[in-house]
Amino acid sequence: MSTATGSAAPAPQIVTLDTTVVTSWKAPIAFAVFTLVALALAVFAPRHGDTTYRLNASERDAIQVPDLVVPAMPALWTVVVLLALITAYSAWLVRAKKRVPLWLIVVFAVLFLFGFLTWAGAGATLPMIGLLFGSLSLAVPLIFGSLAGVIGERVGVINIAIEGQLLAGAFTSAVVASVVASSTGSIWVGLFSGLVGAMVAGLLVGMVLAAFSIKYFVDQVIVGVVLNVLVTGLTSFFFSQVLAPNAGVLNSPPRFPRLPIPLLSDIPIIGPVFFRQTLIVYIMYIAVAAVYVGLFHTRWGLRVRAVGEHPQAADTVGINVNRTRFWNVALAGAIAGFGGTFFTIGSGIAFNKEMTAGAGFIALAAVIFGQWDPIKATLAALLFGFASNLQNTLSVIGSPVPSEFMLMLPYVVTIIAVAGLVGKVRGPAAAGKPYIKA
Amino acid sequence: MSDPQNPNGSSGPVEPSEPATPVAAGTPDTAASAATPDAATSADDRPAVAAPEEVPPPSRWHTMWQQIVTGNALISVLSVVLALIVGAIMIAFTDENVQKASVYFFARPGDTIVAVWDSVSGAYVALFQGSVYNFRRDSFADGIKPLTETLTFATPLIAGGLGVGLAFRVGMFNIGGRGQMLIAASVAGWIAFGFDLPVGLHMFVALIGGLLGGALWGGIAGLLKARTGAHEVIVTIMLNYVAFYLVSWMLRTPGLLQAPGSSNPKTPPMKDTAIFFDLLGPRYNLHFGFVLAVAATILVWWILTRSSLGFRFRAVGENPNAARVAGINVPSMYVYAMLISGALLGLAGVSQVLGTVTTGFTAGIDAGVGFDAITVALLGRSTPWGIFLAGILFGAFKAGGYSMQAAEGVPIDIVLVVQSLIVLFIAAPPLVRTIFRLPDPSKGPKRPRPIVTKEVEAK
Amino acid sequence: MKLELRGITKRFGSLVANDHIDLTVEAGEIHCLLGENGAGKSTLMNVLYGLYQADEGEILLDDRVQHYTGPGDAMAAGIGMVHQHFMLIPVFTVAENVMLGHESTKGGGFLDLNDARARVREISARFGFDVDPDALVENLPVGVQQRVEIIKALSRDAKVLVFDEPTAVLTPQETDELMQIMRQLKEAGTSIVFITHKLREVREVADRITVIRLGRVVGEAAPTASNTELASLMVGRAVELTVQKDPPQLGDDALVVSGLTVIDHIGQLVVNDVSFEVRKGEILAIAGVQGNGQTELTEALVGLATRVRGSVVLDGVELMGQSVRKILSAGVGFVPEDRNEDGLVGEFTIAENLMLDRSDGEPFVKAASIQRAALADFAREKVAEFDVRTQGIDEKVGRLSGGNAQKVVLARELSRELRLLVAAQPTRGVDVGSIEFIHKRIVETRDAGVPVVVVSTELDEVAALADRIMVMYRGRVVGIVPGDTPRDVLGLMMAGEPAEGAAA
Repeated sequence: MSTATGSAAPAPQIVTLDTTVVTSWKAPIAFAVFTLVALALAVFAPRHGDTTYRLNASERDAIQVPDLVVPAMPALWTVVVLLALITAYSAWLVRAKKRVPLWLIVVFAVLFLFGFLTWAGAGATLPMIGLLFGSLSLAVPLIFGSLAGVIGERVGVINIAIEGQLLAGAFTSAVVASVVASSTGSIWVGLFSGLVGAMVAGLLVGMVLAAFSIKYFVDQVIVGVVLNVLVTGLTSFFFSQVLAPNAGVLNSPPRFPRLPIPLLSDIPIIGPVFFRQTLIVYIMYIAVAAVYVGLFHTRWGLRVRAVGEHPQAADTVGINVNRTRFWNVALAGAIAGFGGTFFTIGSGIAFNKEMTAGAGFIALAAVIFGQWDPIKATLAALLFGFASNLQNTLSVIGSPVPSEFMLMLPYVVTIIAVAGLVGKVRGPAAAGKPYIKA
Repeated sequence: MSDPQNPNGSSGPVEPSEPATPVAAGTPDTAASAATPDAATSADDRPAVAAPEEVPPPSRWHTMWQQIVTGNALISVLSVVLALIVGAIMIAFTDENVQKASVYFFARPGDTIVAVWDSVSGAYVALFQGSVYNFRRDSFADGIKPLTETLTFATPLIAGGLGVGLAFRVGMFNIGGRGQMLIAASVAGWIAFGFDLPVGLHMFVALIGGLLGGALWGGIAGLLKARTGAHEVIVTIMLNYVAFYLVSWMLRTPGLLQAPGSSNPKTPPMKDTAIFFDLLGPRYNLHFGFVLAVAATILVWWILTRSSLGFRFRAVGENPNAARVAGINVPSMYVYAMLISGALLGLAGVSQVLGTVTTGFTAGIDAGVGFDAITVALLGRSTPWGIFLAGILFGAFKAGGYSMQAAEGVPIDIVLVVQSLIVLFIAAPPLVRTIFRLPDPSKGPKRPRPIVTKEVEAK
Repeated sequence: MKLELRGITKRFGSLVANDHIDLTVEAGEIHCLLGENGAGKSTLMNVLYGLYQADEGEILLDDRVQHYTGPGDAMAAGIGMVHQHFMLIPVFTVAENVMLGHESTKGGGFLDLNDARARVREISARFGFDVDPDALVENLPVGVQQRVEIIKALSRDAKVLVFDEPTAVLTPQETDELMQIMRQLKEAGTSIVFITHKLREVREVADRITVIRLGRVVGEAAPTASNTELASLMVGRAVELTVQKDPPQLGDDALVVSGLTVIDHIGQLVVNDVSFEVRKGEILAIAGVQGNGQTELTEALVGLATRVRGSVVLDGVELMGQSVRKILSAGVGFVPEDRNEDGLVGEFTIAENLMLDRSDGEPFVKAASIQRAALADFAREKVAEFDVRTQGIDEKVGRLSGGNAQKVVLARELSRELRLLVAAQPTRGVDVGSIEFIHKRIVETRDAGVPVVVVSTELDEVAALADRIMVMYRGRVVGIVPGDTPRDVLGLMMAGEPAEGAAA
């Protein structure tokens, strides 16, 4: 095409409508509620003594970090005052028609958490490294699950079947790893076969989800829910019928050993938490980074997001919408299946009925709490892992809070999140809607 | 959401030809542009051109055959058959005798076939004898007992299925059956073991308390959806776990639900004054809860098809935007629907503690009914009587499943597999038609209607 | 590039959308495809673009037969399309939208955004567009979004460019600019297919005109053909649209709107300080290009908007802040702009739709139960009165044609005791016969002494119905002028020029 010869059309002036600021009182109200909770703890349930935060992994580490000792009540009162100040500041912001910034919410949350921990751990020692290490471990299946959820929703298919994919992965990896390890005599061959088996199992569940929702236009939530029941039924049936009578051969999986990374694992606090983990955890780091970079910086990601936002537009530029959806939902299934290995070969535990115990649903919560972003979803999953491990730790040191309430926390937080505390966030526009060509 | 597959439409959309009224004279320009504000999207640009072909009407028998072959009923039956076949394959493959015989399959294939037949027929005969009629018993009264067991198992499934189905009709997906049942069971149980009231009144108060508890738990999801737009699928899933941990905590806390003097997380037995009475005497387990389930079915039928509330429910479920424009208060419909849905699942929970397990309950009292109810509602296509029948079918699977487990050693979990397969097959009629090579009713331009929950955009 | 369609036939079941259509577009020619809504223009172009597969016929480019299975192949062959509803992803930037589907990458699939930005800038410079490659599409005005669509097509080296109803969302000025762009493209050697139903535009830019009706080519014409010739070809008969209308018998002010402001979810003032009055027995038509606040204004009148300020007084009663239910009960009838989305429940029967806005009391509900017999009687009566062509009152509304469905809406709204009628785009997507009927009923309502507010983006409809005309632009009232104001004055007002300046 040659250069245009005609005169250029006048450029349109970009005129936008007058605007005003839409303010929301949700953040100040929520802040006030949490401040009152902290205040109530300080007034009605005061706990005296010092709280010791132990920051060392073990006595033998090269670099020793001294313990942090905090007097419980003064610390709690300080926190209450700070929380009250933040609440007041946010109220002022909203009155002045300004937005409450995200960092303020983060600071508030960290302060509240610190106050709560100090209060709960009064007179005792909190092993912070163990707490954080365990949190990361517990978050592993949640993170893999939420990556699967993020990919699914980004491409336009709601993946409620994460639970089923995790369970299928756990089951298959246990069986495959047990059989291969005992027949080849090599633990590592068994473990890697288990990983592959888990991915294939998750992939298959993902494919069924994709086929029913894309080819037959069955509501994605319905297929997901039913698939969870189906996988539960299948694994439980084969467990009772086949695994239990032959547990020695079929269900005694080997375990991934911990592999400390040289140098990195010697960094104080960070090293013991992040770099003395198993191979599954290291693969998880890579997976999170890969999904993030992939979604936002590669051709694959651009197409995935296009299909999830506006499938018709993607179709008109020659992207095969349903094929893209099918393979990415299958991929998501494989990722979730991989996450399922944590329950068995990741922890060296034999498969048991319904052993995922709702982790898939927490992963789903992390997807939404993390606003369909792989990094934020990972952080949400870590938060949930922290909550459940905190419950373990607190019950060891004699917690004043019933463990059930700590276990409830991720779910309650998610309800608050979807009810709009974090602001109205848009998910992928076409998630949940089948793409039907005439 | 009401009719997931919409296979009724055996013909394409009828486009009545536009009346070609000649209009008075004037400038044609005016007419042309006013006549054709092109609002349709390119995909929706359906031509108003109907080829006026005169097709002779098909014979009545042919029409009837077409309807049977392409209709819902056949798909449902075939789905059940398919699922049972898959179940049979699983039973056969995991049966020890079959495995032994298959080792020398090529030498004596007959042995394998006999072993397969034995294992499958044994299991399914046990299933039938455990759910409908046991011919090995002497008297009719004994022989029919399995059927009453089926109805007992069906009671919470029907009530729960009605709850899920009603929410479907309003365009909502209530996955929170487990939580609603647990809360309802706890409230009803607490009233039933913790208070002394006269016979009848005690049962009534416990029942109402349970219904209110379930309604409350469902209502939270409805209220959050109405006020903040929070998606009910997520909220109800999360509330399941909140309820589970809440009830677990109460069950292990003395003074709340825990039986005095016990360290188990279990309640004391229900007082006799509060228990649902037996319908057919002490010999059978069938209790008053079944009557309540039938009553609930009638009530939901009346609400959905005859009442003004149900009219608004359905309007919101089918097109919330149009409902809003017509002055229907959509958010309050969401709240009402979740209240009623929660109460119906509450009825399922109450019938568990006051009817089925009266000796005290644990946090597992819901027995998976909350999730089964979803499959029941889907199988029953969200119509009250469809749900009633689906509940009885799945009740039979449960009752028979236990006797199959006892008699043949086939784990009860197979019931879950069969149930979920039935729902999957029913949700995808084209798949079933392909497998059985049935004709496709939806010839023509009709697009499959996607089953997606519609929502009013929160403004 | 020369484009030739030979005998293209596309059927949807028993409906023949395109019936052996032949069309030839020479290289460097602007070829107009003229036809009524539903004539099959968009279907034909979707076939050309590979979105639909033709049942018969072939597509030739430079005399070579093309075989393609999807839009990807069509684009590779050199066909580009500017869709009526922009095929842009709102949350992507301009550059991302332009590169989607033929992304340039560097090393292992990583996106090369710089390359895409450069391409956007290069094409923008060539045509004098001012488009920021890093702007999010959802933040751009529609006129600019359309330019992004053009850039998208050109970045794929389109030699044949299809514009599908491109002027529907543009102001008259923007339309003129688009015409200019088309001429530029033509001079650069691009073949252009311009789909429209607006005769003025056709005569302005077309080199050749093909008219289709009911899925068939009914004739070709030169741009010198008169409006009358074109229109009768397009509609198939001599048509006209004037409503028999007596001068209004004006009563008192009935509806008084003052300072009405509607704010959307991102804080834009979509209706900005609007005030007007409507008297009893008067039709006030609200004119404007689509998307200048008219829709939101009507929604605010019936209580559907959430963030509103100002006052709406009907017969002395303040309606602002009341629920939709209360406002409807106060005697407001409302015909929403999008009847399928907002006016009807497609899966409900005609009878059920007729009681949709009276679902909680007399006459259809007694003791919480629906009075089915009374409803059936009412429905049969209304179907007859409004001449709804249907198989029966139990037919689902979703199966009715546009005109008949709109009659159901109108029948429902007019069967109440009205003190105000608000009708938004009452004849959009409606056949000519029904338009006349609907206009007649609206005028009858006026003559019965009811104040009427009609919103229309079609100037012809405005001219046919209005006693007074209010023009809106970017949420504000440009001016309120008499019903017989000339079209060119209205056109300038729709672009934001106040009436005095426009008239001068």
